[in-house]
Amino acid sequence: MSDVSYNTPTGEYDTQLGDYFALLKPRVMSLVVFTALVGLLAAPVAVHPVIAFASILFVAIGAGASGALNMWWDADIDAVMRRTAKRPIPSGRVPAGEALSLGLALSGLSVMMLALSANLLAAGLLAFTIFFYAVVYSMWLKRSTPQNIVIGGAAGAFPPVIGWVIATGSFSIEAWLMFALIFMWTPPHFWALALFMKSDYDDADVPMLTVTHGRRSTRLHIIAYTVLLAVLAVGTGFTAIGGPLYLAVAVVLNVLFLKGAVEIWRRPEETALADDYRTEKKFFRLSLWYLFAHFGAILIEAALRPFGLGGW
Amino acid sequence: MALRPEHEIHTRRKGRNIGVGLMLAGFVVLVLALTFTKVTSGDFEMPRAEDLR
Repeated sequence: MSDVSYNTPTGEYDTQLGDYFALLKPRVMSLVVFTALVGLLAAPVAVHPVIAFASILFVAIGAGASGALNMWWDADIDAVMRRTAKRPIPSGRVPAGEALSLGLALSGLSVMMLALSANLLAAGLLAFTIFFYAVVYSMWLKRSTPQNIVIGGAAGAFPPVIGWVIATGSFSIEAWLMFALIFMWTPPHFWALALFMKSDYDDADVPMLTVTHGRRSTRLHIIAYTVLLAVLAVGTGFTAIGGPLYLAVAVVLNVLFLKGAVEIWRRPEETALADDYRTEKKFFRLSLWYLFAHFGAILIEAALRPFGLGGW
Repeated sequence: MALRPEHEIHTRRKGRNIGVGLMLAGFVVLVLALTFTKVTSGDFEMPRAEDLR
């Protein structure tokens, strides 16, 4: 990327395009694209397909940029944790400075282009989301409070609101319900991960709830958030973005999710250790399907609406 | 033979350079498509001559 690397002797690792792409956290990006698209399509205003495609792409680039900034800042703890040690910076495939440059450049580009393709409010919201994830969550909360995941979860919850604002140019209660769904889903999802990625957060000195309050307390927190999430998720079924199909999906999945949370809560640590955290891993996998199915159901309700079938 | 022999770094980075080139070309096409869509959609209006005076 720079003139200095021109003199790199043959045999030294050359950063590949795929390494830069890995900096953008593609799996997080795919979730952002999906939820933002649902927000955009569930809104009561039709958007031209080219504008919708371009806008969602810019939201994805913005999310990727915040991922690169997060990897730049967290390179030291990523190197210590097993789960993240192979990321481009700790594994030496991308120099930290390049990750910072890429993150800043893509942040600016995505916000500017979203303002041009959609509207200033959506662009402002994207800028705030990048700032929230890179600065508020990564630089401040993550290393200072066990509530890091709870408050930081807001960053991941903004994409459907941005999608909605791209279409309508304004906020509404339905957009914030989708926000709340992801916001309340994030803590049990990450705490389940923290339970079975046992030593990672200890080793990196990240004050996850498992480290600061212990594993029993984390199990209790998972069930508390799951109960609140279930009320919210099922309640959303009776609003303008819900409908019979969404309600059916929400009831089934929330019963399963609550069952999983109760099992996690009742399990002694010794049992979990003995079966290699089978229940916690199952709950984590279910949580991925949980979010996908809820937003998928909102999308189907929106798609059926023009035919007089979706919604109530 | 070319006037300047290709440096080995160009060969080594060929894949990366082609990738960046394709992405830039894609970006140009996207901006073009966006411009075309905005200009041809109903809410776009050229400023009238009297407004410019």
